[in-house]
Order: sequence, then structure tokens, then C-alpha cells
Amino acid sequence: MTQQEALFNYSLRLGDNALVLAQRLCEWCGHGPVLEEDIAMSNMGLDLIGQSRGFYSYAALVEGKDRTEDDLAFLRNEREFFNRCMVEQPNYDFAATMMRSFLYGCLSYLQFRALTKSTDNTIAGLAEKSLKEVTYHVRHSSDWVIRLGDGTDESHQKAQTALDELWHFTNELFEMDESDEVLIKAGIACDLAALRNEWNAMIDEVLLKATLIKPSESGYQSKGGMKGMHTEHLGHLLSEMQFLPRAYPDAKW
Amino acid sequence: MENQLTAEEITKREMEFDAKIAKGIVVEPKDWMPDRYRKQLLRMMSQHAHSEVVGMLPEGNWLTRAPSLMRKAVLLAKIQDEAGHGLYIYSAAETLGTDRAEMIDQLLSGHAKYSSIFNYPTLNWADMGAIGWLVDGAAIVNQTVLAKCSYGPYSRAMVRICKEENFHNKQGYQIMAYLMKGTKEQQEMAQDAMNRFWWPSLMMFGPHDTNSPNSGDLMKWKVKLQTNDDLRQRFIDRTVPQAEAIGLKIPDPDLKWNPQTRHYDFGEINWEEFNNVIKGNGPCNRLRMKQRRDAHENGAWVRSAALAYAEKHGK
Amino acid sequence: MSKSQEWPSWEVFTQNKNGEAHEHAGNVHAPDAEIALMNARDVYGRRQEAVNIWVVPSTAITASTPEDVGSFFDPANDKMYRWPNYFKTPDGIKQI
Ligand SMILES: [Fe+2]
Ligand SMILES: [Fe+2]
Repeated sequence: MTQQEALFNYSLRLGDNALVLAQRLCEWCGHGPVLEEDIAMSNMGLDLIGQSRGFYSYAALVEGKDRTEDDLAFLRNEREFFNRCMVEQPNYDFAATMMRSFLYGCLSYLQFRALTKSTDNTIAGLAEKSLKEVTYHVRHSSDWVIRLGDGTDESHQKAQTALDELWHFTNELFEMDESDEVLIKAGIACDLAALRNEWNAMIDEVLLKATLIKPSESGYQSKGGMKGMHTEHLGHLLSEMQFLPRAYPDAKW
Repeated sequence: MENQLTAEEITKREMEFDAKIAKGIVVEPKDWMPDRYRKQLLRMMSQHAHSEVVGMLPEGNWLTRAPSLMRKAVLLAKIQDEAGHGLYIYSAAETLGTDRAEMIDQLLSGHAKYSSIFNYPTLNWADMGAIGWLVDGAAIVNQTVLAKCSYGPYSRAMVRICKEENFHNKQGYQIMAYLMKGTKEQQEMAQDAMNRFWWPSLMMFGPHDTNSPNSGDLMKWKVKLQTNDDLRQRFIDRTVPQAEAIGLKIPDPDLKWNPQTRHYDFGEINWEEFNNVIKGNGPCNRLRMKQRRDAHENGAWVRSAALAYAEKHGK
Repeated sequence: MSKSQEWPSWEVFTQNKNGEAHEHAGNVHAPDAEIALMNARDVYGRRQEAVNIWVVPSTAITASTPEDVGSFFDPANDKMYRWPNYFKTPDGIKQI
């Protein structure tokens, strides 16, 4: 694999993670538990759409085939999307949404922090901007995980269920492949395995305050999102998202 | 406070109040105000706030289907602004002594109204253009005037909101302009949206002046500064050339420029439809209320969890 | 639903530029100060309007009343010497 191919894959993946999660947050718009929280989730959605545009544009540039950010977002099928399965999971309820933002956000935070030192200037620049945004997402979602976990019996139950369910998608957050290896050697990408301890520490600290119990490592663990192996949810998300550009292939919007 | 005043004192205060308004002095929350002024303001402001919030729903309907990442971001930012507007106005209305929870209860129980425009469905992508351009355009005409109204908190909220509305209007018009430059199917989409949203947008200004029972007092107290018909005319005058510039037809055979009045003449609004939608019989009244009620009820456990946490930790 | 289940109100003050005074922006509802601060940031800082935010429980604000106007503020209106332009400077003197 050439470095160019690896860099394309890597940027595309970061774009996919951001876009799929943004799409989920968009589903909350107008339906949040309180007006202030509606606004907060939209803010995070906006940050993530921005991140996806940045990484897609860079992927398209690296690829050099005249594709645009929108071609990448709207004209690929589910087997050609490389996001982690966690971000495509449905919103279910506010607890699941906040828990997902928290678990994924912590990884994102650590990854972007490492990528600010990337030898690729564009990646470093995008990481720096994204890091600021994700720092806030982690603060917001941890605050909520703590409040829901240590709130009422009902909210505690819901938060624990959300954690148990989403835990099946945590192993996959640290999966890497050849693209990562090529780029790690070049100092462009970061080693996700090296972030795992710190990620665990971040999670533990919040779960303790939230009086939630971290699930055991045994049991089903998803894998392969980065190879285009997804849960059943992604296909539906994409068919909704991609409907217009697919139905009117000649149209500009 | 008011019940300690004799009828004579009230009349005296009312006269002073009217004189104050006539001089252009702005009323602040703790100032004495006639009961009817407070009630009318609260009615108007809560209706306005509800409209911002319910108005998120028809646009939210296309958020997950926006056809480009840029359009998705713009639409999300726009709808988010509307949530913010709702919040600013609830906040201003709370200074009149009724809190937001009570206003929301009135909305969800069907006792409070919101703008009837949001009871129409959004059926194609061009509706996002039509709403931003026409509905926000109409709102801007209204709100620019309200920014000069006599109640301080309302007028300040309007100033803040007006700053944000131009973006809404422009993004909507740009959607329409792009569609009109696009394929035949896109042009049809745009015209279809125009056909469905034109008349309901004109209805946003309310009934004819001759049928507007509250207008007299509201005008005297400078809660309203221009009549429904004047505002409607202003909206039409500024919008028709915009439509023509991108090749959209206004679905009104009677619409034409009148060189004498220097305004557009236009056909009669279907007031029966207007009254029907207001009464709750529009295409989406029940859906919109269900969506709001569901959001509120599904959020109840979240709101109480956060309160329970705050109590436990003495925050 | 009982009203006690609703979140209390917080007044929001934003500092729009470094060095400027905080200005009242409006209110938010939040269960506690941390959430109030985040909500205020999202509601009143969407267009980079703020570099710093205060939130204060609305109940903690005590305001002067309109009835106070006379006794509170009028006594200042005969002390024009507090304003620098009260003092005439002899011609030809600048820099003061
Ligand atoms: Fe608005
Ligand atoms: Fe608007």
C-alpha cells in the first residue's frame, strides 16, 4: 500500500466517523428533552459536519480523482463506509446518545490530541480544530453521563443499559489496519493501541462519579467497521441521507 | 399590587402609562402596566416563542435528507437558531411573571397558539428554500417592526433575533435560486414549493385589519406598530421582484404592479382556509402537537434526573 | 406534571470582547451551574459573541424598583461637578 492510498483511507475514515455521528445527532433536532439540550446537540452535530467536510475534502485531494466532499458522502454504499460501528448505532434514548458521545468522544479527543503532532500539516491542522470541538463534546457528554448515572433510579437504569449495550462496540474503536501502520511509520497517524490505557482511565473516572458499572470485557465485540462490515443500522441511515443526490444524479444543489 | 389600587387610581395610572408610551418611553418588567397590556403582551410573546419552536419541525423533517454537506450544515445551524429564538422570547416573556414551563403546558394542552404556517407539510427539498425565503422573509418584516415595540425585553430579544434572520432568508433564497438554475425536475420542485407556501406566507400577517379585534389597543400601546395589511403589503412588494429575478411564478392571477399606488395589487386570501388551520384543522396541526408532546414527555425523566443530581450534590 | 420538576432559571451575562464589561444577554434554564454555563455558551455564544460568560441564579438578583427611581437616582442630578466638562479650562491649555 502506498502512503497516498493509506492517507486517503485514513482521512476518509475520520470523515465517515464524523458524518455518521452527525447524522444521528441531526435526528434529535426539534425533539430534545429540553430546548437548551436541543441546541447543544445541534452544536455538536455542526462541529461534526464541519469535521467530516474537512477530512473528506482532504481525502478527495489526496486521491486526486476530482471527487468532491459530497461525492464521498453521498455516492458510496454501506460496504464502502469505514466508520466504527459505534457511531451508527441508533439514538434509542437520551442516555444512549450521551453515552455514545462520551465513549466515542473520549477516543476522538485522544486521537486528535495525538494527531496535532502529525507530520502531515493538513491532518495536524484539522486535528487542532477538531480537538477544541471534541474537548467540549467530552465535557458535555461526561457531565450528562454523571447526572443520568447519579440522578434518579430510572435514569441510572437507562444509563447503565446504554453503557452495557454500547460496550459491545468499544473494542472496535482501537482496531487498526495496514493504512494505520503505513502512516504511523511516517509519523502521520497515531497508534490507537497506545491510547487505550488513557481512554480507560478517562472512562473509569466518569463512570465512578456516575455510579455506573463498567461491563466486563467478555461477550460480543463488534469488529470490522473500518473494513466496511457494519451493523444493519448503517444502510438505513445512508439510504435516508443519500436519497436526493441518488435520485437526481445530474442535479447540483 | 393591582388589587390594592382603587378604580380611580387605576384609571389615573393608565393615563400616565398611555402618556409614557406616547412619548416613546420603553416599559421595563417592574414598571406598573395595565393588566390588559401585560396579558396581550404575554399572549403575543408566548405565541411567538411557540412558533419558533414548532417551526423547527417542518425544517427538521429534511435535515437528515439535505442534499449536500454544506446544505446540511446551513440548515442545522438555521434550525438551531430558531430554537435559540424560542429561548430568547420565552426568556423575555418570563419577565412578565409567567414561567416557561407554564407557557409550554399551555401549548401542549392546546390552549396557546402558534403561527399557522407550520401546520403545512414539507414535501420536497425546495420547501427548505421556500421556508427560509418566504416564511423567514415574512417573519423579518414582522420582527423588524417589533424591535421598536414598547416592551423592553421583547424589543431587545427582537434586535438579537433580527441580526440572525437575514442569514435564514438568504440561505432559503439561495436554495431556490440554485434549483431554478438546475434541471427541469429541480425547477418543478421549486415552483411546487412556491405554489404551496405563497398563500400561507401571506396569511402569516394575520386577518385583514377590519377583522383584527386586538389591533386597536396593541397599536395604541405600541406593541404593534403597523397593521397586518400594511406589513403584508410590504412583504409582497419586496418579495415579488425576488421571485421574478429567479424565474419563479407567483401563484396569484390577480397579482400586478399598480403604478398609481406604487404597490402590487393581489388576489383575495382564502380566509376560510386560514380560519380552519387556526382552529386546528390544518394538514399538520395534530402531527406538530404530537411531536412536541412526545419530545416533552420523553424528556421528563432527563429533566428530573438532572434535578435529582443537583439536589444530591447541593448544586 | 408538577412545576417543581422544571429546571430553575439562570441569568446570563456575556463578555463580548476581552476588556469589555459583561452584559446581560438573557436567561437559560438548567439544573445546576455547570449545565447552565454550557447552555449559556450554546445559546448566547453561537456566533462567537462571547469570550467569557457568567451565570447567576435568577432568584439571586435583586433589582431596584421603579418606585425607587426618585430617591435612588435623582440625588445625583445636582452634582454636575462629577462630570469633567463642568470645569471650564482657561483658553490655550490643552492636555487636561
Ligand atoms: Fe426565528
Ligand atoms: Fe428564522
